[in-house]
Amino acid sequence: MSALVVEALTVAFGRFTALDAVSLAVDPGEVRAVIGPNGAGKTTLLDVISGITKPVSGRVMLGDTLDLTKCSEAEIARAGVRRKFQKPSVFPALTVRENLEIGCGPALSPGERPARIASVLGETGLAPRAQALAGSLAHGEKQWLEIGMVLAAEPALLLLDEPVAGLSDAETAHTAALIRGLRRPDRAVVVIEHDMGFVEAIADRVTVLHEGRTLYEGSMHGARGDARVIEVFLGR
Amino acid sequence: MSGAVQTALAPLGGPARRALRDPLVAGLVGLCLAAAAALLVAPPAPFLVNVLGQLAAFAILAVALDLVWGYLGILSLGHGLFFAIGGYVCAMHLLAHGAAVTGVLPDFVQFMGWKSLPAYWFGLDHAPYAFVLALAVAGLVAFVFGLASFRSRVNGVYFSIISQALVYVAMLLMYRNDTGLGGNNGMTGFPLLFGWPMGSPGVVTGLAVAALVTLAAVLTGTRLLVGSAIGRRMLACRDDETRLRTLGYSTTRLKLGIWCLSAMIAALAGILYVPQVGIINPRVLAPDLSIEIAVWVAIGGLGRLGGAVIGAVLVNGLKFWLSAAMPDAWPFILSGLVLLVVLVLPNGLLDLVSWRPRPTWLGGQR
Repeated sequence: MSALVVEALTVAFGRFTALDAVSLAVDPGEVRAVIGPNGAGKTTLLDVISGITKPVSGRVMLGDTLDLTKCSEAEIARAGVRRKFQKPSVFPALTVRENLEIGCGPALSPGERPARIASVLGETGLAPRAQALAGSLAHGEKQWLEIGMVLAAEPALLLLDEPVAGLSDAETAHTAALIRGLRRPDRAVVVIEHDMGFVEAIADRVTVLHEGRTLYEGSMHGARGDARVIEVFLGR
Repeated sequence: MSGAVQTALAPLGGPARRALRDPLVAGLVGLCLAAAAALLVAPPAPFLVNVLGQLAAFAILAVALDLVWGYLGILSLGHGLFFAIGGYVCAMHLLAHGAAVTGVLPDFVQFMGWKSLPAYWFGLDHAPYAFVLALAVAGLVAFVFGLASFRSRVNGVYFSIISQALVYVAMLLMYRNDTGLGGNNGMTGFPLLFGWPMGSPGVVTGLAVAALVTLAAVLTGTRLLVGSAIGRRMLACRDDETRLRTLGYSTTRLKLGIWCLSAMIAALAGILYVPQVGIINPRVLAPDLSIEIAVWVAIGGLGRLGGAVIGAVLVNGLKFWLSAAMPDAWPFILSGLVLLVVLVLPNGLLDLVSWRPRPTWLGGQR
C-alpha cells in the first residue's frame, strides 16, 4: 500500500498547463522531496493534494481508497492530510497556544487537547512563547508554529512547502532536526524545497519537476549525477 | 481598577466572569443597566427617554454588524434589511393588535380599499408569534443569502456589494403599494402596545428600558461568544480562511451560523426601534442607511463590540442634536468625522485609549 499516489495529474490555468500528467507514489514512512526550478509546478501539486486547486484530469489517492480530487479542503484535512504553506500561515490575532488548539482539528476531544498542545510546544521549542500572540513572533518562530499546528493533528500525510525559506543557517538546522523528528512508520511527508543541502539532510527520495513534468525520481545522490537534472536545475 | 473589578466579579460563574473581564464591555453593560434603573426610578422628560431608547436600538444594530465585520471579516452593507424585517413585523403586530382591540382597520388598508387585513397578517396580533416570526424571517433570509454566498465562496468586497444590492431590491419591493405592507407611506399610527396607549409616559419608559436591557444582554452574549472557542475560530477565519479550512474546519458552517445570528440581532434592534419612532417605511431599506451602520462601527472601533456601541451612540447622538440645530451642515460633519477617523485613528475612537503621537500616514508605527 502507498500512502499517496498521484496518477496522471494535469492542471491548467487557462491555456497554461501547470502540471502535465504528473505521477508519483509516496510510501508510508517516507520523506519525499519535490524539487525543481521556479514555475515547475511544485506548489500547484501541493494545492491539488490539499484540495485548494482542482485538476483537469487525473487522480490523487490517499491510502489507496480516497480520491482527494473529489473532496473539499476540510474533508481532506479530516482524512489526515496537513499542509504547511510557503508563507508562514498562522493566525496573528491568537496566541501560540490558541493556534495549536485550532491545529488539533475539530475531531480531537477537548479533554485530549492540553496534553497534545503541551507535547507540540515541547517538540517545536515554543513552550516559552505559548502566551505570545502569533502575530508578534519572529519569522522563524512563525514557521515552527505552523509546523506545530499541522503536527498537532498527528497527520498521516504531511505537506511542507518551503519550510526553511528565509531562515538563517541556525534556524534551518533547527527546522531540519524538527522535520527528521516527524518521521514515523505510519506517516508520509512531502517537502518542497530549494535548499539542496536541506533536501539531502532530510529526504529519502526526490522527485524533480520541470515545466509541469516529472524529470527524475530517485535518490538525491542520483539527481546530482543526472544529466537532464543538471541541465535544467542544478547546473545553473 | 481592573483588579478590583475582577475581585468583585469573582463570585460569578467562569464564562460570565471572562465576558465581563473586558473592562469596556463590562463598563457599558453596567452603564446600560444603571441607565435602565435610573429611568425606572426617576424618568426625565419623555423626549429624552425616547432618544435614549432609540440610541440603544442603534447600538444593538451596530453590535450585530461588528460581530460579522470585526470578528469574521464579513462587511455587510445590507444590515438595514434585517433591521427592517424586525421593524416591519413589529409594525404589523402593532397594527394588527390595534385593529383587534379597537376594531378599526389601519389607514393603509382603508386607502387600498380592502375590507380586512391581508391573509398573511393572520395571528400577528399575538405578540409572541410576531416576535418569533420576526427573528425567524430575518434568520431565514440571512440563511438563504449566506448559504448561496459562502458556499460559492463569495467574499470581501463582492459580498459587500451583493448585500448592498439585496437591501436595495428589498427597498424597491417595499415601495410597491400592493405588498400589503404599507407601500411608500409605510406603516404608522400605532394605537396600542400590549393594550397600553402608545406614547404614554409609561410605555415610552418601558420601551427605552427594554432596549437598554436588551443591549446589555446582547453585549454580554456576544462577548461570551467571541471569547469562546468559536470566537477564536471566527478570528482565525477572518485572518486566514484557507488556513482554517485546511486544518479540517468547515468555514461555511461557521460563517453561516454567525451571519444568521447577526441578522437576528439586527432584527431584534428593529423590533425595539419601530415602536419608539412610531413609523416604518421603505426609507429604512435605503442603501445609504446600511452604509451608515458600517460608519458607526468604523468610527467607534472595529472588532471590539464596545466600540460599535460607542460609535452608534456618538454618531446618532450628534445626529439627533445637529440635524435639528443645523440640518444643512450635518452631512458635512458626518463626512468630516469619517475622514478624521480614517486618517488619524485607523482603528476608530478606541485608538484614543492607546494614542500614538504619530499616526501611520505620518510614518508612525502600527
